Amino acid sequence: MARAIVKVPARARRGEIIELRAIVAHVMETGFRRTETGALVPRDIIRRMVCSYNGVEVFRADFHPAVAANPLIVFTTLAAESGRIEFRWTGDNGFDAAESAPIAVE
Amino acid sequence: MIPRAAALLLLAAVAACAAPPDGRRSGYEFMGPGTRAMQDDDATNPAMLWVLDGEALWRAGAGDSGRACADCHGDAAASMKGVAARFPAYDASRKKLIDLDQRINLCRTGRQQAPALAPESRELLALSAYIGRQSRGMPIDIAVPSEAQPLLEAGRAAFRRRQGQLNLACTQCHDRLAGEKLAGNPIPQAHPTGYPIYRLEWQGLGSLQRRLRNCMIGVRAEPYAYGAPEYVELEYYLMWRARGMKLETPAVRP
Repeated sequence: MARAIVKVPARARRGEIIELRAIVAHVMETGFRRTETGALVPRDIIRRMVCSYNGVEVFRADFHPAVAANPLIVFTTLAAESGRIEFRWTGDNGFDAAESAPIAVE
Repeated sequence: MIPRAAALLLLAAVAACAAPPDGRRSGYEFMGPGTRAMQDDDATNPAMLWVLDGEALWRAGAGDSGRACADCHGDAAASMKGVAARFPAYDASRKKLIDLDQRINLCRTGRQQAPALAPESRELLALSAYIGRQSRGMPIDIAVPSEAQPLLEAGRAAFRRRQGQLNLACTQCHDRLAGEKLAGNPIPQAHPTGYPIYRLEWQGLGSLQRRLRNCMIGVRAEPYAYGAPEYVELEYYLMWRARGMKLETPAVRP
């Protein structure tokens, strides 16, 4: 499975806005480039990233060919309850990567 | 967003003050606040993806011996601390300069009895990034024994030699014009403080030799093959020139 690094605050107050960061290893080949002999390099990109908080989807992003390699996504959500925040990336050629981190809400 | 912008400005001001009194500055100080922030946080530095791969490779058995780096060297945090700051190094038994990538491959072919890793391959970059990471914050400390003095001088001569169709020497841009602009981008002083680097232009990790190759193509000279002694001499001179500066590996550059 591809490498991913996520940053979730270890603890937060209930109702606090928390920042989440996630980066995943992926070439994000656009499908527009050609080799030296002129053949098209097939597209190979992540299509979607989903973030779930204790199983509830809180953030979703669709990716397109213009997104850079090893994409970094930073977004915020509300700290609701203690548990796990999971990130999942899916894409071309059956790409599937996931990473999660715990959060304690008091 | 305002407090963050203010914090980044403050960070930039602090970094500017931290420049060594001799006027040498890392490429980090020529970068914008966004790229600096990317390097400063391991959760946003994409090179850390390679460092994690390197950590896994460090512990994985390889070759006919089935031995892992960790079987001989143990915990890299202790055994590899400061190692990257001392390479390239003169190998007295082989009577030649060896850079860190070549040292890794000597261990692979000699001790692990595994095939050498290809230059710029994901595995080799991952291992050198992982080993380099153990020296982050340590001063570059290049030894020049008397046998290596001619090799250092060869590197210095290469840095000063005009080459390529544009007939330019490294020193013309990186000594005399450092801090000025080339096609809108700041020209850094060419101190190799953070290799292997994640270069945004490359969308990936690359070695110092790949960077040197870039400059050679830029002046329309014919680049050497990866691992050529000419590159290692130039790496040696550049690291010696940056002696005492802190290693940032793995760094991010634009």
